[in-house]
Amino acid sequence: MTREKIRAIIVEVISQILPDEDLSNLRGDIRIRDQIELDSMDFLDIIMELRKRYGIEVPEDDYIQLATLDGAVAYLEPRMTHL
Amino acid sequence: MRGGHDIPSSTRKEAGPIEKSHDSRVVITGIGLSAPNGNNLSEYRHNLLAGKASIEKIETHYMGEVLAGVCHFDPLKYQKKKELRRGTRAGSIAIYCANEAVADSRLDIAGLDKSRVGVYLGITEHGNVETENEVFGLKQYNYDVKYWSHHHNPRTVANNPAGEVTMNMGITGPHYTLGAACAAGNIGLIHGLQMLLLGEIDLALGGGVSESIHTFGVFASFKNEGALASHDNPNRACRPFDRDRNGIVVSEGGCVCTLERLSDALRRSATIYGEIVGYAINSDAFDFILPHAQRQAECVRLALKKAGLSPADIDIISSHATGTQQGDLQECLALAEVFKDAPQTHTNNTKSYIGHTMGAAGALELAGNLPSFNDHTVHPTINIDNLDPRCTVPNLVINHPANVDRIDHIMNNSFGMLGINSVVIVRRYEGR
Repeated sequence: MTREKIRAIIVEVISQILPDEDLSNLRGDIRIRDQIELDSMDFLDIIMELRKRYGIEVPEDDYIQLATLDGAVAYLEPRMTHL
Repeated sequence: MRGGHDIPSSTRKEAGPIEKSHDSRVVITGIGLSAPNGNNLSEYRHNLLAGKASIEKIETHYMGEVLAGVCHFDPLKYQKKKELRRGTRAGSIAIYCANEAVADSRLDIAGLDKSRVGVYLGITEHGNVETENEVFGLKQYNYDVKYWSHHHNPRTVANNPAGEVTMNMGITGPHYTLGAACAAGNIGLIHGLQMLLLGEIDLALGGGVSESIHTFGVFASFKNEGALASHDNPNRACRPFDRDRNGIVVSEGGCVCTLERLSDALRRSATIYGEIVGYAINSDAFDFILPHAQRQAECVRLALKKAGLSPADIDIISSHATGTQQGDLQECLALAEVFKDAPQTHTNNTKSYIGHTMGAAGALELAGNLPSFNDHTVHPTINIDNLDPRCTVPNLVINHPANVDRIDHIMNNSFGMLGINSVVIVRRYEGR
C-alpha cells in the first residue's frame, strides 16, 4: 500500500472518530493532538480500528510513533505492504 | 363501559393554606422531555388530548421485529457528533431533556453556581445495551476480547446518563442515577426534592430516562414471562385495563424537571408547573416480579399523609398500569380500596399512548398530566374496547378526555420489579 493511501486511511479513520473536526488542513509534521481535539480514548479508537480493519497490532510502547500523521504513515507502511 | 364525563366541583376540597415556609417547599419550574409521541410538553400534551399513540415496529438482535416506542428528538440540538459517538443513548436522551428543562425554566444557566446544581436521574437498568452490543459485535471476531471496546466501562457505569449531563452542561454539583426499576422516574424527582430540602443544592435536575428498547434482553425476558404485548396495530398494543390486554410495550424516553425551592422560584418570578406536596416510597417484600396491592395501597396512603390530604382531595390518579393482566389488577385493587370514598377522583393512564418508558415513566407520565391544572382536562387512557370488569378504579377516563371545573392535586403512581413502589403528589400552585 502506498504512503498516500495509508495517509488517506488514517485521516479517514480519524474523521469517523472525530466527525466534528475539519481535517482538510491536518499537517503531517505536527502532533495530531495539537491540531484537533483528540484525547486518549480517541487515540485508542484509532488503534482499535487498525486492529479491526487490517489486523495490525500496535504495542503500547509504540504509541508515541503515531503521534504525528507522518510518524503514523512511516510506522504503518512496513506493516501494510501486504494489503 | 364508562367514558369521559364531567364532575361538578361544588363539594370538593380546595387547596388550603400551606403553613410551610417557602424554603421548605419544592416546585417544578421547567420540564424537558422526549416521548415517542412528543419532544416537548406542548406537543406531548396535544397528542395525549388528541388520543395519538406512537408505537412502531423495530428490529432487534436475535428476536427480529418487536413493538417499541421510539423517540425522535434531534440529538444534535445539544450534542456534537463526537459526544453522540462517545456516549450512550440514555446519556443522549438525558442531555436533551436536561437542556430542554433548563431552557423551559428560563434559568440563566451561565449565571448559575453550577456547583449547587444536582442531577438525579431514575433508571430501570443501564449498561445492558452496551454489553449486548459488544457481545454481538464480538461474534465476528470469534469472541476475541481484544476487540472489546475501551468505551465499555464509561458507557456502562450506572451513573452514565447523569454524568453525561454534567459534562455536557458544565455542572459540577453531585450527579448520579437512582436504580429503582420502573418506579425510578418518580424517585428521581423525590430525590431532587430531598436534596433541595437538605440544602445540599439549590437546583435539581430530576427525573428519569430509558434506553431499554436497544437491548433485546428486556424484550426477550418480558416475552418469556408472558408479559410482552402483541397486536397487529402497534398503536393498539398497549391497552391497560382492557379485558384483552396482553402485556407491556417497551419504550425509550426521558423526562427531566427543574426543581427549586419555592423561595428561589418566586425570587426570579419563575413559571411554576406545580408543587410537590407529597411522596412515598416503600417495598412489597413479596416477589421478584409480582406486584402487591396491599403495599401499593400503603404507599398511596403514606404519600397522602405526608401531603396532609385525604383521598377525595386527589383529582387525577396517573396510574402505573402497564397492560399486564396481573399488574393492572393489583393496582386497581389498591386504588379501589384507598379511593372508595372519593367520587370525584379521576384515573387515567399514559402508557396506552407511549408504552412503558421504564425509568422515565414516572416523570414522563406526571409531566403529561401537569397541564391539566390549567386546561382543566383529564387525558384518557386509550385502547380500551372492553373494560375489564375487575378494574374498578375511580372514574377511569376512557378513550375521550374529561373536562372538569378544577384540578388541584395530581397523584402519580410508579411501581417496579422487586416490589418497589413510588407515589408523587403535585399540587396546583396558586401564588401563595
